[in-house]
Amino acid sequence: MIQVNAMGDACPIPVVKTKNAIRELGGAGTVVTLVDNEIAVQNLQKMARQKGYGVQAEKLGEGRYQVTMTVGPEAALPAQDEPTVCPVKPAGEKNTVVVIRSKTMGVGSEELGAALMKGFLYALSQQDQLPRTILFYNGGAAITCTDSPSLEDLKTLQAMGVEIFTCGTCLNFYGLTDQLQVGEVTNMYTIVEKMTQADHIVCP
Amino acid sequence: MGEPILFCKGGGCTAKLGAGILSRVLSKIPRGAEDPNLLVGYDSRDDAAVYRLTDDLAFVQTLDFFPPMVEDPYLFGQIAATNAMSDIYAMGGEVKTALNIVCFPERMDLNILGEIMRGGGEKVIEAGGVLAGGHSIADSDVKYGLSVTGVVDPRRIYRNDTPRVGDALILTKRLGVGILCTASRVGEASAEALAAAYDSMTTLNKYAAQCLRGYDIHACTDVTGFSFLGHLHEMLGGRYSAVVGANRVPRFDEALHHADEFLLTAAAQRNRNYVGEAVRFDGVPFAMEELLFDPQTSGGLLVAVGEAEAAPLLRELRAAGAPADVVGRITEKTDPEILVVPEI
Repeated sequence: MIQVNAMGDACPIPVVKTKNAIRELGGAGTVVTLVDNEIAVQNLQKMARQKGYGVQAEKLGEGRYQVTMTVGPEAALPAQDEPTVCPVKPAGEKNTVVVIRSKTMGVGSEELGAALMKGFLYALSQQDQLPRTILFYNGGAAITCTDSPSLEDLKTLQAMGVEIFTCGTCLNFYGLTDQLQVGEVTNMYTIVEKMTQADHIVCP
Repeated sequence: MGEPILFCKGGGCTAKLGAGILSRVLSKIPRGAEDPNLLVGYDSRDDAAVYRLTDDLAFVQTLDFFPPMVEDPYLFGQIAATNAMSDIYAMGGEVKTALNIVCFPERMDLNILGEIMRGGGEKVIEAGGVLAGGHSIADSDVKYGLSVTGVVDPRRIYRNDTPRVGDALILTKRLGVGILCTASRVGEASAEALAAAYDSMTTLNKYAAQCLRGYDIHACTDVTGFSFLGHLHEMLGGRYSAVVGANRVPRFDEALHHADEFLLTAAAQRNRNYVGEAVRFDGVPFAMEELLFDPQTSGGLLVAVGEAEAAPLLRELRAAGAPADVVGRITEKTDPEILVVPEI
């Protein structure tokens, strides 16, 4: 089961985030999306009906709705026209994975390094050719958590379809487990898989 | 790290309040005594108000403003002005004067405001009007538009809800700009499709309206935030029905692709909620349904004209560069009110 937080997101972002989560499922499973308005619920239901997913919506409270989509074994492929290997990217485009290993970019001043990393992630979000995945581990895990200066840029990247994964062991080690603000928690198997399947890896 | 200049949250006509909510509020506004010279007012939910001064002169008033739907301020100004003046053309009028309506954050770069107003001003000149002033408010977000006054011969007003049975329905611009702007916000729209959509949104309805002059136009409206089906529903006024052929609807093909990817606006869903019950789709693909509910910023004119005049009018519109087509026909009132079929 994957949870998607789309509270405060304007249409079509809740749908885009949910589609990404369904793609991430890679097969049968459930995606639960939280949204803050009824129109977003209706747009999610519309997608589920068109795609043949099971769908249930529930009002949790004022301005809080939960939409549960159940993807069956047959409906598992996100879309006929989106091969899982290369989602919505023009042919010939490389599978680029960006790996963020620490809070800072380069070696030297900590303060400068942190500013450079913030600048790097902003510039990354402005590229025409986006990476497919960004992995955060060790000190880098803090960048996807509360108080990170890059959350907005990362959310922009995510909304444009970039997968964002943070190492769960690392979050746990630094006591950040409940502070993750963007993307999903992942494990070493996924990290290895993403890196070995990449056409190239960018390490700022 | 530069801030995005006009970060758009989904502007243009997608930012309109839903028609459903609006009619509840409008029904409670005190109106005062009826004035026989107010030829078109609230009651008909028409595009603009028309007030008769003499037997052959009436003025047409309208205003429209909204948040940015594109990142380029100059382009935004052009689109907002084109959209605001469109209501005058939909009534059969000519633009005379325009006033700027501006909401702008105090801390933002004033050159951006300059660019917005340059874009708007150029369009007023192209329309043959005069920019006569304006009003600005410091606000948290950018919004821009115009209050426009035009003139019309009161005997030649195009009302939006007076079609006749057997009329051909002509649409003068492509549908799908709402979906394309939404797809662009998540980086999915192609540069070519966006350029074509911008071109459409900055094309004044003046040119299409000039073509209408030589014909007996029964009803006319401009297709904007309430979508093609929403505006057609208003045209039918509870007294007529219509059959629409999906094959004849001018559209941006790429918008259909994005609709299939569910890059849809909240406004389109509100339109579906408002008018969906009046519509039956008979074997029409989902993406085409969405296109017909898509809120249009600065959309084209939707015209009801006698069948015999439809072909020559269409030829004239196309010669003037409009991607127009006959999209349907007015029929006697039936259930459903609007039937959309794959082909006519």
